[in-house]
Amino acid sequence: MDLSDQVLVDKVKGGDYQAFESLVTRYESKVYRLAIRMLRNPQDAEDALQETFIQVYRGLPGFEGRSAFSTWLFRLATNACLMKIRHRATEPSKLLPLEDYLPRQEQGEIPQMVDWTDRPEDALLSKESREKMMEALEKLPPEYRAVFILRDMEGFSNAETGQSLGISVAAVKSRLHRARLALRGMLSDYFERRGELRVHESSLEA
Amino acid sequence: MEKDEKTTQVFACKGMACKEMLEKLSEYIDGELDPKLCEDLEKHMSDCNPCLIFVNTLKKTISLFKYASSEPLPKEVHLRLHDYLKKNCQGC
Repeated sequence: MDLSDQVLVDKVKGGDYQAFESLVTRYESKVYRLAIRMLRNPQDAEDALQETFIQVYRGLPGFEGRSAFSTWLFRLATNACLMKIRHRATEPSKLLPLEDYLPRQEQGEIPQMVDWTDRPEDALLSKESREKMMEALEKLPPEYRAVFILRDMEGFSNAETGQSLGISVAAVKSRLHRARLALRGMLSDYFERRGELRVHESSLEA
Repeated sequence: MEKDEKTTQVFACKGMACKEMLEKLSEYIDGELDPKLCEDLEKHMSDCNPCLIFVNTLKKTISLFKYASSEPLPKEVHLRLHDYLKKNCQGC
């Protein structure tokens, strides 16, 4: 039978290293996935993974269980990723104005919007599309990226996301909304271009 | 102020302004919107095709990202992690 996180945490505090290994095994895949999504670089993700768990081990004696172990763990993991990002010179620092992600008027007319949602799943999730999605994610400022990853990709609640990042639920909602609009804008630009390309290719074939 | 006017005019719709709608879309998608506002928003979408497409593409964007990357933990990364921790934790 699997022991709960709390039982394992208590055992680690009592000096049981095996219990710590069980916690690592339970969460290492999730932490790695978060790190790779945040950092998009396997070596950096591995470094962040190692740093996270060493901090967990060192921090456990002082962990009082005011939040769930997993929330505390993801807070350490997110911070490890954000620290790595701060050392990079090329990270985007702020989000563009919201209007940049909304449809624009052209000479008083609303341009026709392309509804790409009915395209086949294998086109929407092709290798190239997935790559574009990860590129779009990387263009978000790290604080927005972290909210989107935890909330929409990992399925955390607003409260859990807030606790993991040390921000209020209102801040989670606000950042999440902007991140979603920005990603929709970037993805729509890509799929619209892909659509035009497809039309162009089929007219050449005709 | 100028920015607000510009955004409000993004779509020329009656009733709930498009900008107002766009601000509430995440709450709508997450089922956190007040029922009355939800009704207003749905009424707006039935009259405003660009907004409807906007909502559809926003929902789809969120669902696509759930499947966009599922990097499994490489076996060697797992092994190196456990080795690293064993060396650095025991005795700390």
